[in-house]
Amino acid sequence: MASINLTQLRRHFGAVKAVDDISLAVDDGQFVALLGPSGCGKTTTLRMIAGLELPDAGTIQIGAKQVTALPPRDRDIAMVFQDYALYPHMTVAENVGYPLKVRGTASSEIRQRVQDVAKQLQIGHLLERRPAQLSGGQQQRVALARAVIHKAQVTLYDEPLSNLDTKLRLEARAFLKHLQREVGVTSIYVTHDQAEAMALADVIVVMNEGKILQVGSPKSIFQTPQNTFVAGFIGSPPMNLLECTIDGSVLRFTDGSRLPWQHALPTTARGTVTFGIRPEHVTIRPIDEPGTLPATLYVTQMLGGESLVVTHVGEQLVSVRLFTDEVPELPTRIGLAFDPARVFFYGADGNRLT
Amino acid sequence: MKSGWLLRVLTNALGVLLALFFLLPLLWFVFAPFNERATLSVRIPEAFSLHNFEVVLNNDTAIRSLVQNSLLISGGVMILTALIATLAAYGFSRGSLPGRSIITYVLLLFSSVVTGTASLVPIFVLIYNIGMFNTYQGVILTLVGGMLPTSIFIMRDFIDSLPRSYEEAAMVSGASSLQIVRDIVFPTLRPGVLVVAVLAFVNGWGAFLTPLILIRNAAMRPAAIAFYQFYSDEGTPNIPLISAYAVLYTLPVLILYLIINARYGFRFFGGIKQ
Repeated sequence: MASINLTQLRRHFGAVKAVDDISLAVDDGQFVALLGPSGCGKTTTLRMIAGLELPDAGTIQIGAKQVTALPPRDRDIAMVFQDYALYPHMTVAENVGYPLKVRGTASSEIRQRVQDVAKQLQIGHLLERRPAQLSGGQQQRVALARAVIHKAQVTLYDEPLSNLDTKLRLEARAFLKHLQREVGVTSIYVTHDQAEAMALADVIVVMNEGKILQVGSPKSIFQTPQNTFVAGFIGSPPMNLLECTIDGSVLRFTDGSRLPWQHALPTTARGTVTFGIRPEHVTIRPIDEPGTLPATLYVTQMLGGESLVVTHVGEQLVSVRLFTDEVPELPTRIGLAFDPARVFFYGADGNRLT
Repeated sequence: MKSGWLLRVLTNALGVLLALFFLLPLLWFVFAPFNERATLSVRIPEAFSLHNFEVVLNNDTAIRSLVQNSLLISGGVMILTALIATLAAYGFSRGSLPGRSIITYVLLLFSSVVTGTASLVPIFVLIYNIGMFNTYQGVILTLVGGMLPTSIFIMRDFIDSLPRSYEEAAMVSGASSLQIVRDIVFPTLRPGVLVVAVLAFVNGWGAFLTPLILIRNAAMRPAAIAFYQFYSDEGTPNIPLISAYAVLYTLPVLILYLIINARYGFRFFGGIKQ
């Protein structure tokens, strides 16, 4: 096990700043998720830690060792690939045992450890098969087994669940978290699925356009997103973001509607700002109730244990999450009330105002 | 509806006619070798006889051409082509040589020139001047040169379709370059190498013009030319003997195909979730 330190790491592909001077410290035993849309630099960052890609500038440290320019084999790492990359010509047992084989481990010991890992990952009955004879979920477990067998200091995951269907993905997610508890190895996990990052990680690193936008626990990332990008990326559906102008103690929205705001405003908030609130902190009121924002009903969606009401405020959409299994009968024109403690204001640069 | 039925009958009839047209030579190939009086027309022999084979097998020059000269030339072409094409294609596919895709396309374009009749004179002069006239090496190198562009192109396409993550997974697993080539790259490339190798072998086996020009010594000529053993001095072909020799000539290629297909299969088994 080891900590990981990235310092001013940079990788540009021509004019594309894939990774743009990022620094990150990962503690020993932590499970860190790199989260962001495709092309945000998360996979390039992971590949640089793995040694499959060399940085243009900056340093990478694993434990006490500088590994910036070392080949992958000298970094003591394991990696799970998005496509699993199971060697098609080898059996499952040979695949899983390969990291031990290249280290010159005795074949009797390899057999024993493959058995042990296979048991732990519940693939003991598949050892003699070839990858092509396995289902997607089974292939995924074999790839995991190959990554944990040689007890590397660091395990890297490159979107390992993205090729599974929804049901299998949820299963694999729980399994992975359980495995992580047991093995407890320092891990970096790349994903574009915010729910996956929330569920698995101790720390989430939100990235966009080669930069780190916010680092924090899943709870802090969800509850206090530091900028509009994070606010709009985390949560399903994500936070409602509405442009408005502060006019004394009134918020004026783009469609001309006004919301009296008796609550405290950030000291730096003036002029045009972005008003952010999560769908679960909005409530639906009669249109004529004072202190509400008038909105037009767009659609209601029944999602099982909850309902999602999507409304229009001018051009902008506002989602409301209702924890009810009844689809509410709503008039076309409604008032929206916001929990003032849960409202965030973001400035013109997208950063949170405090 | 009725015209549709008629159309189907007509197209099927046309199909059968075309199939017969192309099957006739094969049918001849089945019957003629066993017919002592075979002609160029398809005829079921009155009495099946092995006499043709007896005569052919007793012709030392023809048999040496087959089991020695042709095998040497084709084997050499196969090994060299497969080896060079694989290494070159690997570089073209995985390396970072600028303009590498243009190079492969230009190579492919040249492939039709190098083996073409148009280049035979310069090739003859070249081979003669470097002292490879009347040698197996001269023929092998010329044929390999002709095969390489297409082979590199096929191999490059194949390697392009192999995910890099196989090699990358081996790298992070701790394998050295040598281990990666031995354990991962070569086994995953094998189906592609086999295709190229068989193609090169068949090409070398069937080569006629190049060995005809580059080998003057009758004892060194491959089977494709040894067919002339069965022409009379006046140039009249002995059809029954030629048909029997043709069967022997076909066998090695057939056997090669059957062995490889049974042992490895011309297929690719995936281990990558698409």
